[in-house]
Amino acid sequence: MFAFAVRRLLVSIPVFLLSTLLVFLLVAYGANPLAQLKAKNPPPSQATLDAMAHTLYLDHGLLARYWHWLTQLLFHGDWGPSVQSATDIGHLLRSSLTLTLRLVLLAMVVAVILAIVAGVISAVRQYSKLDYGITLGGFLFLSLPVFWFAILLKQLAINFNNSTGNYFLQTYGSGTPGLTGWSAFTDALGHLILPTVVLAMSSYASWSRFQRASMLDVLGSDYLRLARAKGLRRGRVMIRHGLRTALIPLTTQVALDVAAILGGAVLTETVFGWRGMGTMLINGINSQDTNIILAWLVVSAVIVILFNLVADLLYAVLDPRIRLA
Amino acid sequence: MPELTAAPPAQAPRQGPDREFTVEARSQTRLIARRFVQHRLAVASLVVLVLVVLLAYVGGALWKYGYSDITPDNSVPPSSDHPFGTDNLGYDEFARVLRGTQLSLQIALSVALMATLVGTVWGAVAGYYRGWSDSLMMRVVDLILTIPILAAGALLTKKVQGVGWWALALVIAGLSWPAVSRIVRGQALSLREKEYIEAARALGARDGRIIARHLLPNIAGQIIVVVTILVASAILIESSLSYLGFGVQSPDVSLGSLISGSDTALQGGRWWLFYFPGLFIILICLSVNFIGDGLRDAFDPTQQRVRA
Repeated sequence: MFAFAVRRLLVSIPVFLLSTLLVFLLVAYGANPLAQLKAKNPPPSQATLDAMAHTLYLDHGLLARYWHWLTQLLFHGDWGPSVQSATDIGHLLRSSLTLTLRLVLLAMVVAVILAIVAGVISAVRQYSKLDYGITLGGFLFLSLPVFWFAILLKQLAINFNNSTGNYFLQTYGSGTPGLTGWSAFTDALGHLILPTVVLAMSSYASWSRFQRASMLDVLGSDYLRLARAKGLRRGRVMIRHGLRTALIPLTTQVALDVAAILGGAVLTETVFGWRGMGTMLINGINSQDTNIILAWLVVSAVIVILFNLVADLLYAVLDPRIRLA
Repeated sequence: MPELTAAPPAQAPRQGPDREFTVEARSQTRLIARRFVQHRLAVASLVVLVLVVLLAYVGGALWKYGYSDITPDNSVPPSSDHPFGTDNLGYDEFARVLRGTQLSLQIALSVALMATLVGTVWGAVAGYYRGWSDSLMMRVVDLILTIPILAAGALLTKKVQGVGWWALALVIAGLSWPAVSRIVRGQALSLREKEYIEAARALGARDGRIIARHLLPNIAGQIIVVVTILVASAILIESSLSYLGFGVQSPDVSLGSLISGSDTALQGGRWWLFYFPGLFIILICLSVNFIGDGLRDAFDPTQQRVRA
């Protein structure tokens, strides 16, 4: 198992390096960091533009720029200068990432648990009223735009707060500054609930469908019938023999969907006014701040690669054939 | 994967050598069509979708206000004159929702077509040839899939802002095809080992012909289902980008850009600006998803029987 883990980790390193190259090319093509400066009125002098280009290392060739950026990042932990000279990208990234990870991880845990429960119930009670209800709900959430659902929930919470006079559910920001101890915790929780629900439901929809399908596959298999035939109890067969196998496809799917969840977090954060990674990305794109966009993309690539690694390891835990191969 | 060529169980061809062939060949399509029609929700969704498309294009052309006409009524709630009300500038929301639906559908269909085409060819070639070319092609796909579509989409659509709706479609398609190619490759990998492919190769068919005439028609069912998923996801991605301000730009409108201004409108009590465009997105996506589900069951009925 340990050798398997190390091997997987080593494979991830070239993947990471290649993805840095890809995102660098994407941003070099997609963003023009001098655009904002050029659009200023009165137009800046050529010397100002040249100085800015020099600060941003733009006066070099594409590959030289990539190499400079990558080595600065890997060996010095330096994300490079921002277009706004006052912004320290590393600092901004740390504060944004803590907020966003809190949201994303919690939402994923909630979504996975809900999806497994709903998917298994749906499959075991196929074609019952419950199954139809869960399936319809899943389809509805699959068709809901994340931002629309977020705005709707926000408005419902505002109405609820106003009518009950209880302001536990917060609808804007990630926390009230200046609180400490227990009150800071409940405050953060109140801010966290609505965005988590929105983000969790957006992935719950497809995962529960997925879990239902893979559980149905397993339920129809011969080895499950054998397990029942040799006298094992139904509950034990479902959990130990059925669910364990049916979790394997979901593991892969969750890891694949991490990128989509990070995208969903951008929308959720925008609606709920969180100053997390999503806000950082939107601001970065709007001001064409190359290094901020790059920082976001690199961090998201690392998260995606890490999740795929974890999925591979979980896969090996669930299916012994894989770690022995 | 069950074979599409499985013989129909109940409808055995009638006796007599002259009938046998034609009945066999036709029953396949008819069987799928009949299974689809039995999926009542899918058929109802198809009707709803057709009605929405007709409403958007025919209704949009006939309606007395255009999407860029400014009427003297500002911020009026829904009435017989303005079924969906108006916004604070006096634009008729009904006309704008119809226009937004047109644009969202156009973008979604173009994305589905382009992404399916590229993804199918890419996946079929990779799966058919296997070996190092497969590894290389699928690593490219894996790499692209590590980038969140929304992030790359926002970056690229910001660059092509103002070019037109097709540029937006091109960007979304460019980021959506890798997912298609994964599915097609998986199918191609298993189908290439089938006897009829081997037979075609033994008869001297070239690779291009085997892929086009034997491989792809047998993945067609899967591909059609993928198309429906692509349409639904493209509408959601487009509306998300437009909501964030990167997609469709004023003076043109999409369902997403209509909602983007309605966040404050909802808090100010002008609910009609928020609910109507949102309901149209949900209506389209929901019916497309149900149609996809009906098609999946029609092409692959294995999950329908209770076998536990």
